[in-house]
Amino acid sequence: MSAVDTPVAAPTLNKDEILRYSRHLIMPEVGMDGQLKLKQAKVLLIGTGGLGAPLGMYLAAAGIGRIGLVDFDVVDHTNLQRQIIHGTKDVGRKKLDSASDTMQDINPFVQIDKYEVALTSENALDILKDYDIVIDGTDNFPTRYLVNDACVLLGKPNVYGSIFRFEGQATVFAYEGGPCYRCLYPEPPPPGLVPSCAEGGVLGILPGMIGIVQATEAVKLILGKGELLVGRLLLYDALAMRFRELKLRRNPECPVCGDHPTIHQLIDYYQFCGVPSQAEEPATVAGDLTPAEVKAKIDRGEDFVLIDVREPHEYQIAKIGYAKLIPLGELPKRLNELNTADEIVMHCKSGMRSAKAVDLLKQSGFKKVRNMRGGILAWSDTVDPTVPKY
Amino acid sequence: MAKILIPTPLRQYTDKKDTVELGGSTVGEVLSALTSEHPDLRRHLYNDEGKLRSFVNVYLNDEDIRYLDRDSTAVASGDTLTIVPSIAGGGSTDVRG
Repeated sequence: MSAVDTPVAAPTLNKDEILRYSRHLIMPEVGMDGQLKLKQAKVLLIGTGGLGAPLGMYLAAAGIGRIGLVDFDVVDHTNLQRQIIHGTKDVGRKKLDSASDTMQDINPFVQIDKYEVALTSENALDILKDYDIVIDGTDNFPTRYLVNDACVLLGKPNVYGSIFRFEGQATVFAYEGGPCYRCLYPEPPPPGLVPSCAEGGVLGILPGMIGIVQATEAVKLILGKGELLVGRLLLYDALAMRFRELKLRRNPECPVCGDHPTIHQLIDYYQFCGVPSQAEEPATVAGDLTPAEVKAKIDRGEDFVLIDVREPHEYQIAKIGYAKLIPLGELPKRLNELNTADEIVMHCKSGMRSAKAVDLLKQSGFKKVRNMRGGILAWSDTVDPTVPKY
Repeated sequence: MAKILIPTPLRQYTDKKDTVELGGSTVGEVLSALTSEHPDLRRHLYNDEGKLRSFVNVYLNDEDIRYLDRDSTAVASGDTLTIVPSIAGGGSTDVRG
């Protein structure tokens, strides 16, 4: 975590800044007053991924005086399809450093505070309290509920955006008596029911669109101009190229922002969302096989069936030649293709879906069924590096 | 007939259809017709007690049915029902999925 110094209030723009911001300054909606508001504003950006990329770049360009970045991830090749704040040269670097370099290149007049941490119930209030506006660019339910509750407790607006495949949502929560995330969704889905972007995929341009909606709302909040996206949920469908708007209301019974709140401090959000905390290892079930053990069985010519429960388009990207494809969704209808007498090993991309498939088969009376731990990604790492990772 | 807009994460349970048109005089009736036609959808919309799940919202046109008459909300021909489930993606790397 970098030291956070309170910047000296800057009541004026120098000659270079005036030139840089001239297209703002000549608009009455921004003008010198508005640009100085932007310069004195403090915005916290949680996540420098798909949403964080356009957010960081545009907020820096707009001349927000101080921008906090929270991220502990490292740039990898799969990020580059959408996280345009990072480049190929940045693969392997901390996202904080890469994002900060890009933003400082765009605008050296911006102060950037870097927090190389995972946002937790222990550190959230401390990090958020110094900022005027919080922007949620995270990728998981526990952090979203954490950001929401922290914003409500501190009275900070929470500029929300979320994406999945071709669809996005955006709104501003917790602003002047408006609704919060819990008013919209009181509870998260149980783990596994809603696929993540890593499982479900995302159109690379989509976070650009939603991130820019969030950046626009942040700038409007600072300027005090326009109609804010408060009490309105914006839905965007990139395939249909359609924006829709739904009404959002504060729920008087909301446990955090309602009339009689029951939540007065941050809670354990991993427990709330029913997912093991990040510190814990993924559960390994006795009887799981490693990819090397599966390879050894194939090499020994053992009689067993290897089932790949991924989707056909994933099978096209990378496969283990020995495996037969039965997508998880089709498995209940295709159990007749399997024999309870056979020894069966299931695999998928990372081992999660195949674990579900193993459970499903066991419930259906199969006894000799096991999971290949770590999926085809682990197979590529430990058995056959020619199998591409995706 | 009411038009039901199916969100991307749930299209795998509606034979990939993004809209379904069905009859019914209340929201409950239309959704019931929907889950009869696509039974796999039921457990994603309703919990074991038959109540709409708390991470799935249903809107009649632009209004949340929780602030209307919930399942009993009257539906007129030409109305649009939108199902909006919670999504968490931020386009970052979530390898824990």
